[in-house]
Amino acid sequence: MSYVEFLTEFGPRLVDGTITTAQQTILAAAVAILIAVAAGLMRLSHNRLIYGAATVYIEIFRGTSLLVQLYWIFFVLPLFGLTLDKFTAGFMAVGMNLGAYGAELVRGGILSVPKGQWEAALALNMSPAKRMIRIIFPQAILNMLPPWGNLLIELLKGTALVALISVTDLMFEAKQINGSTFLSAQVFGTALIIYYLMARCLITPFMRWLERIMARKLGRI
Amino acid sequence: MKTLTKDYPLQLSGDDSPIVRFQNVTKRYGELVVLDALDLDVAEGEMVTIIGPSGSGKTTVLRMLMALEKIDDGVIYVNGEPMTHMEKNGALVRASKKHLRQQRTNIGMCFQHFNLFPHMTALENCIEAPIQVLGLSKKEACQRAEELLDMVGMLEKCHEHPARLSGGQKQRVAIARSLAMRPKVMLFDEVTSALDPEVIGEVTQVIRKLVAKHNLTMLMVTHQMGFAKEISDRVCFFFDGKIEEQGSSSQLFDNPQKERTQQFLSAVLEAG
Ligand SMILES: Nc1ncnc2c1ncn2[C@@H]1O[C@H](COP(=O)(O)OP(=O)(O)O)[C@@H](O)[C@H]1O
Ligand SMILES: [Mg+2]
Repeated sequence: MSYVEFLTEFGPRLVDGTITTAQQTILAAAVAILIAVAAGLMRLSHNRLIYGAATVYIEIFRGTSLLVQLYWIFFVLPLFGLTLDKFTAGFMAVGMNLGAYGAELVRGGILSVPKGQWEAALALNMSPAKRMIRIIFPQAILNMLPPWGNLLIELLKGTALVALISVTDLMFEAKQINGSTFLSAQVFGTALIIYYLMARCLITPFMRWLERIMARKLGRI
Repeated sequence: MKTLTKDYPLQLSGDDSPIVRFQNVTKRYGELVVLDALDLDVAEGEMVTIIGPSGSGKTTVLRMLMALEKIDDGVIYVNGEPMTHMEKNGALVRASKKHLRQQRTNIGMCFQHFNLFPHMTALENCIEAPIQVLGLSKKEACQRAEELLDMVGMLEKCHEHPARLSGGQKQRVAIARSLAMRPKVMLFDEVTSALDPEVIGEVTQVIRKLVAKHNLTMLMVTHQMGFAKEISDRVCFFFDGKIEEQGSSSQLFDNPQKERTQQFLSAVLEAG
């Protein structure tokens, strides 16, 4: 079977899988961003309870394997009465894991904003919330965009694990096709290329574009 | 909470009461005593300049008055009311956040490094707090900001981001930004120290204008002795967290009494 024949026969399934992978990536990224911002801000709190809760979360999710977390969320949580369908369990696990890494980026980005900015906002009598939202966070975002680009690529790659709880993503389709045809080189080679292109031709340019927009907002270009 | 050791009035009353009073104000960073039982009164409309060697606590005085940090002992009064403290059952207790925010509205501060918000244009810098803090409408805030930017000679550049402004221009915008909050007392912390010599005049000119036209009370830390001498009602020489000597500009500059003042002034004059 030539590669062209292979693609005509199995291409549509690989495309379906790619779409699912893209959906998983986007939803997991949304979860990761929400968690990262929340946990990152909590890590800056002077309240020990709030700080401690975020620290425990980050330690657990960074210190254990994503695959084990995925299995926990899909197989163990139902024992405690929380059942998620596999699609939801998939992106939640990936998002919660990468969110723990993102929290440190958010914290670092906020701390990288010069002290003078905090003081100027305080001298203008801005409330802590307004100061964070209007002055500090917009500047922190620019500082943390480049590491977030890397994190999102990690996240895309991490979604491949959801195949193990039978979410029909790109990896799942590839394994299925391989199981019935044994065309390992073609099928996994194609999957590899698709993952690479998604990272390099979608995520990276998207992040560059965001960086340009943010830099323009800061008047740097 | 630590109880206050001395007697502090709950309020300053009387026509001649100062707009700012530091009473026995002490600030420590760990072991280091940065302000040492400082007493300082500033009358309404007065221009008081603080000079002194680096590390003598000049910036700290302004930062405490701006309530950027807590003091360790003593009380600061603003506008007759305690600022660092508030009255509770006939005694002074440490100010709540709310009380501090209330009292901070009286004070404005300009920094050595401007600290303009880089993600906002000059105009946006000046309307941000009036809208977000004072609750002005955008139209009112813009009108007020434009007047002030015009006063500091920056109206033409009001849509530029700070990154595109020179140091002198940034500092003038920063002054307008503070004034937009209508403070009663303005604090200037070495506002010309980070500037190239040729643009220092732009900023001192603005301060001259404020002195001449507005009934603002000002506290200014500066290393420009000529400017201090020309513009101040009173000059305080700081040394080791205390006022070593103070007086009118002519007293302090032409006829300093203390040896440390004389040494400092001659060292500064020699450096040019
Ligand atoms: N946040 C801080 N932590 C520790 N020490 C500080 C801090 N801020 C200022 N100091 C110290 O306090 C002293 C007075 O500082 P400052 O008021 O900035 O002096 P000046 O403005 O007269 O040069 C200096 O010795 C400085 O190192
Ligand atoms: Mg200083």
